[in-house]
Amino acid sequence: MAEAVTLVAGAANAPARPSALTRQRVRAAWLFLAPMLVVLAIVAAWPLLRTLWLGFTNARLGEMGDARFIGFGNYLIYADGEWDGLLVDPSWWRAVGNTLRFAVASVTLETVFGFAVALVLHRSFPGRGLVRAAILVPWAIPTIVSAKIWSWLLNDQFGVINDLLLRLHLIAQPVAWTANPSTAMIAVIIADVWKTTPFMALLILAGLQMLPSDCYEAAEIDGIHPAKVFWRVTLPLVWPAVMVAVVFRGLDALRVFDIIYVLTSGSEDTQSMSVYARKYLIDFQEVGYGSAAASLLFVTVAVLTLITLMLGRLRLDREGNR
Amino acid sequence: MRLPTGFAAWATGFALIGWVTCAGARPASAVEIAISCGAVGNALELCKQGAEAWAKKTGNSVKVISTPNSTTERLALYQQLLAAGSSDIDVYQIDVIWPGTLKSHFIDLKPYSKGAEAAHFQSIVENNTVDGKLLAMPWYTDVGLLFYRKDLLAKYGAKPPESWAELSDIAARIQDGERKAGNDKMWGFVWQGRAYEGLTCNAVEWIDSYKGALLDASGHVTVNSPAAKQALTTASGWVGNISPEGVLNYQEEEARGVFQSGNAVFMRNWPYAWALANAADSPVSGKVGITALPKGGADGKHSATLGGWQLAVAKYSKHPELAADLVMYLTTEAEQKRRAIAGAYNPTIPSLYKDPEVLAANPFFADLGPVLAGAVARPSRVTGVNYPKVSNAFWDAVHAVLAKSTPPEQALAELDRNLKRMLR
Repeated sequence: MAEAVTLVAGAANAPARPSALTRQRVRAAWLFLAPMLVVLAIVAAWPLLRTLWLGFTNARLGEMGDARFIGFGNYLIYADGEWDGLLVDPSWWRAVGNTLRFAVASVTLETVFGFAVALVLHRSFPGRGLVRAAILVPWAIPTIVSAKIWSWLLNDQFGVINDLLLRLHLIAQPVAWTANPSTAMIAVIIADVWKTTPFMALLILAGLQMLPSDCYEAAEIDGIHPAKVFWRVTLPLVWPAVMVAVVFRGLDALRVFDIIYVLTSGSEDTQSMSVYARKYLIDFQEVGYGSAAASLLFVTVAVLTLITLMLGRLRLDREGNR
Repeated sequence: MRLPTGFAAWATGFALIGWVTCAGARPASAVEIAISCGAVGNALELCKQGAEAWAKKTGNSVKVISTPNSTTERLALYQQLLAAGSSDIDVYQIDVIWPGTLKSHFIDLKPYSKGAEAAHFQSIVENNTVDGKLLAMPWYTDVGLLFYRKDLLAKYGAKPPESWAELSDIAARIQDGERKAGNDKMWGFVWQGRAYEGLTCNAVEWIDSYKGALLDASGHVTVNSPAAKQALTTASGWVGNISPEGVLNYQEEEARGVFQSGNAVFMRNWPYAWALANAADSPVSGKVGITALPKGGADGKHSATLGGWQLAVAKYSKHPELAADLVMYLTTEAEQKRRAIAGAYNPTIPSLYKDPEVLAANPFFADLGPVLAGAVARPSRVTGVNYPKVSNAFWDAVHAVLAKSTPPEQALAELDRNLKRMLR
């Protein structure tokens, strides 16, 4: 009893300063991290801060030296009897809607397909190594190249896909996939899902391979149906890996640019927030307004990522009791 | 795997590096001039030939840099290069609508031209002169033309159309006839409908053919007019009937691809397509005719958007005198004649339109006089640096009408409001 009290008292009197060894290790850790932090500051932090600053000016591409500070003028301003600016621009909000639709649809499809592919690859079968390598090919092709490939596949006059669908009598006339506004977004999502499913599959496979096998052995002994095993055992255990993959993929999807720019005619029906920002930055040379759009894009992506992480953690607490 | 060690390995390595570096060295007096010209059709090839002829003549070397097909993308690329003050490209091929937008980046060519610009079309020279400085030498001019299949029109007993309504009728008749006869890929009319500068060119022609205009000469917005509404309604009626739906994503090369493979009766394109359509390996070689674009109704006019490209020298070039010399060489009568015969590139020198060799290769040049005279310029001079935004708003509005997502009246009213706000 007395020892227990002494032990507790000892714990209460634990030294406030960490030991010399710990301090040395912490110092070494900072030293190792320093080069990466410096590079990050130059490559990521500086351009970000500069863009945020430029969003408050009226800079133009050819005359950056003449930029003047205009406060929130790019975002919202009352001039000549009407409201003007990014926040009341209908084509900006259309771009936001397009981006969100694209992100939700493509990430959902990629997660579902990626999960299926990962489950298959988790089993060992002859030729598994070859299949794993082959699966990665779409991800390895640069997006611009694969977008051009898809635009030729989907061409209404020369495209292979229209030819195939016509021969199978699934359509009566060739469909102008990328020109028709109602099918253009579908075409973009198809091309993106084809390209990125391997990425999701890889991340989820990594999660699956770290699962402890004793749960499965117990389930086998108890004779539980495989579907129930999946929902009650696999899914909750692999949830953190899936959340990581979804967050990564969601970040990419919100920033989408190249596939929309190459595949579709760049009209308002399909332009994403990045396409909109680039149009103002480069085509119209309005660096101030374009930077404001880019800053809003950054804020949107940050907020959505935080929401996703918080929701993911909540589900985690309920299921995994962590 | 162990890295090779030892003296022999390192010596070989250094020798290799030395050889690669020296292989790139040139005699001290030769200078390399980088020119960006051409991407569409055979433009790149012709430009390379011309530039290399100059290089041989002057003992320098030339690097030809290829650029994107779309003029909109080319402008974006140039703006980034010029804004960064890059000396990577010395000579730029610029569109007829860009001198106002890019004026602060090019040198005055008057000291180098020594009056050579007097031999060219004065309207183009004026277009290229901003604030009294000759920013670019005219290289070739362009007008929108109607290409048609002579053999198909003869087969169905039709003459080249005088109005858009006639064109629709003839195209529909021939399209149905040919499809019944077995060619189910046949379409009536192909043009450039993708949302980019080419659509602005097409739409300006339609509106001008009904005697409407985007902006008047003093810069007032006049786009919300009955003429414009009629023009857009007519055009949106073609999509899905005589033009494939995919035309909404066609640029110049896609339209030419459909026409040249024999699957279109009419095509609207620039003159460069003539040489390629009549090349030996073209399925429609010898079967192509050219005429002016149809009028908008009986009291309309034949219209054509004035295009054309010029050569300019960047302020940031390390060798501006040599670059200007290259520009002067490429815009001489002899070089323009060669390009006219080989590629149907319209010269900017009036005397070449009477040259027998040029006319032998391009018989339609003889009729181009009235077309060039009646050509409509896009409002780039009057809108200045705002032109990209104006054009962008215009092509977005037209594209929405063609895709049938907005009715013409609403699109034109919104466009009118937007343009007025932009040009305030």
